[in-house]
Amino acid sequence: MANLKTSEKKTKAQSMGMHTEVLTGKTQQKFFNPDEAENYYYWGTYDVDFNKRTDLDVKDMDCKEANKKIDELMSEGYGTIVIKNPQGKHSLGVGILNKLNLIFEGSLGYFGVGSIDGPLVRVNGRVGWSCAENMMAGKVVIEKNAGSCFGAAIRGGDLICKGSVGARTGIDQKGGSIIVGGDAGAFTGFMMQRGRIVILGDVGINLGDSMYDGTIFVGGKIGSFGSDAIEAPMTKNDIDWLNRKLKVAEIGENFDVSKMTKIVAGKKLWNYDALEPTEKKGAI
Amino acid sequence: MCGIAGLIHRGKSSNVGEELQSMLQALKHRGPDSTGYALYAKNDGQNFIMRFKVGENVGEGSTSVNEDVSVYDERKKLVDKNLSDLGATIVKEEKLTPYSYRYEIKYDKDLMEFSKKIESVDMVEILSIGKSLELIKDLGDAKTVCERYNLDKVQGTHGIGHARMATESGVDIKSAHPFWGYPFADVAVVHNGQLTNYWNNRRALENKGMRFMSECDSELIAVFLAEKMRNGATLEEGMKESLTGLDGVFTYFVATKDSLGMAKDTMAAKPLVLYESDDLVAMGSEEIAIRSILPEEITTYDPFDGEVKVWQI
Repeated sequence: MANLKTSEKKTKAQSMGMHTEVLTGKTQQKFFNPDEAENYYYWGTYDVDFNKRTDLDVKDMDCKEANKKIDELMSEGYGTIVIKNPQGKHSLGVGILNKLNLIFEGSLGYFGVGSIDGPLVRVNGRVGWSCAENMMAGKVVIEKNAGSCFGAAIRGGDLICKGSVGARTGIDQKGGSIIVGGDAGAFTGFMMQRGRIVILGDVGINLGDSMYDGTIFVGGKIGSFGSDAIEAPMTKNDIDWLNRKLKVAEIGENFDVSKMTKIVAGKKLWNYDALEPTEKKGAI
Repeated sequence: MCGIAGLIHRGKSSNVGEELQSMLQALKHRGPDSTGYALYAKNDGQNFIMRFKVGENVGEGSTSVNEDVSVYDERKKLVDKNLSDLGATIVKEEKLTPYSYRYEIKYDKDLMEFSKKIESVDMVEILSIGKSLELIKDLGDAKTVCERYNLDKVQGTHGIGHARMATESGVDIKSAHPFWGYPFADVAVVHNGQLTNYWNNRRALENKGMRFMSECDSELIAVFLAEKMRNGATLEEGMKESLTGLDGVFTYFVATKDSLGMAKDTMAAKPLVLYESDDLVAMGSEEIAIRSILPEEITTYDPFDGEVKVWQI
């Protein structure tokens, strides 16, 4: 069991701007046990084979039918499912608490792949508002642009958009990483609580407004800082982490992360850590 | 909630009536109370087209007071008399429903005086005047309104439309969108959002001689822009001023005879998805509206906060 209270951990978190990050409690221990995290299954989930692949055309299905069909295919052991003709439909691929390789050949509407825990998702198109809201873990890659509230309240995992995103990206984010290759709109990181947001392009006004904690990195111009957001110095840990994450995200090749602006919360809130469990699925 | 949609073909005409119907029907879940179209049709451009109503649709869901249909004929006769008094000639007239008409008229004088005279008849409202604008709005979803007014055959370059969920005012035609940009020919507006300084602005604009026909906050946008243009501003300048002059949350579209514009408030609180190519711009509250006419994979995006864009045909 990992010792989460070592001074080394605290120093690292603090050096990355998360000055109130104190990892404590059973929930954190569960998350940081690699075996337990790797072998964690929800009740009612399926053992799937990534090499077993199928296509699903959802052109004439509503979101309920499509999501039910995805569940049925997982129950038959399919580990790679390619969704054809999503055509901007809302709420596709939501609530998947399973290992799965899910590929959308087209764009999604609102609330796409919300409340997921575990799947690898690739969207060869655009996503509408609130993509991956409440994501616990997994990886979601959007090949084009995303709407507002991208990654609202995510608690873990990597959420990547290769294009630009709308307003309020990472609103209420509680963990995980949001990485954007293009620009982001106003109120990025609004009320952010933990985790990291990386924007390689420009961001709009009120960046990090009312953020409690967490870190935002911006490569381009910043419209304005929101209340409670302040600039912090980049550290070697930040640069290493950014380089590693961008490589995993397959964006920003040759991007000089050392020149990015780092934004953290400038205000420590009373009793915040004692009240709010951190970014791990065991807490849910 | 409400849903809005708009499209503009650049350099050619298309079946805009049918296209806009598909886009608005895809947004039906955002607003089932009424639907409106502002279509810029291929007319000969010689005469003014005036669409007006002499009463309300009192069908299912309406909040209007039921009237004896005979009063509609009386009002229509008074409109005809006023047209004659103004020196306007009716070239063609069509009765579209018991309560609405489409006239083609010859007239070459001031449109504000014209409008005041026509609307001096109790319960009569001009829905639009223009040489290419065909503004139709009524209760029901996009398909119902399209069928009622035979819009699926309308050819034109561009159009905007609205699926309304009534939150600020009644379920009736006068509160439905689009709103005509009185007193300017061929100007129409649709809006998704809420304006919080409606009454302050309305009082100020009424003092300047502008007219409001409903109590729907969205009408303010049309009147606000019309007043700016009356004072010499271009459409785009008026739209940029609206970002600070209007308080609240909004995404709106405005169309003129040869252009289509969009504006988004500074908090980007209302959705908009945009597709732009060399020959077509299509936009709507949700991507499914665009997909209803462009099912193939395309690249779309959300305009940012405080953004104003205008496209020409």
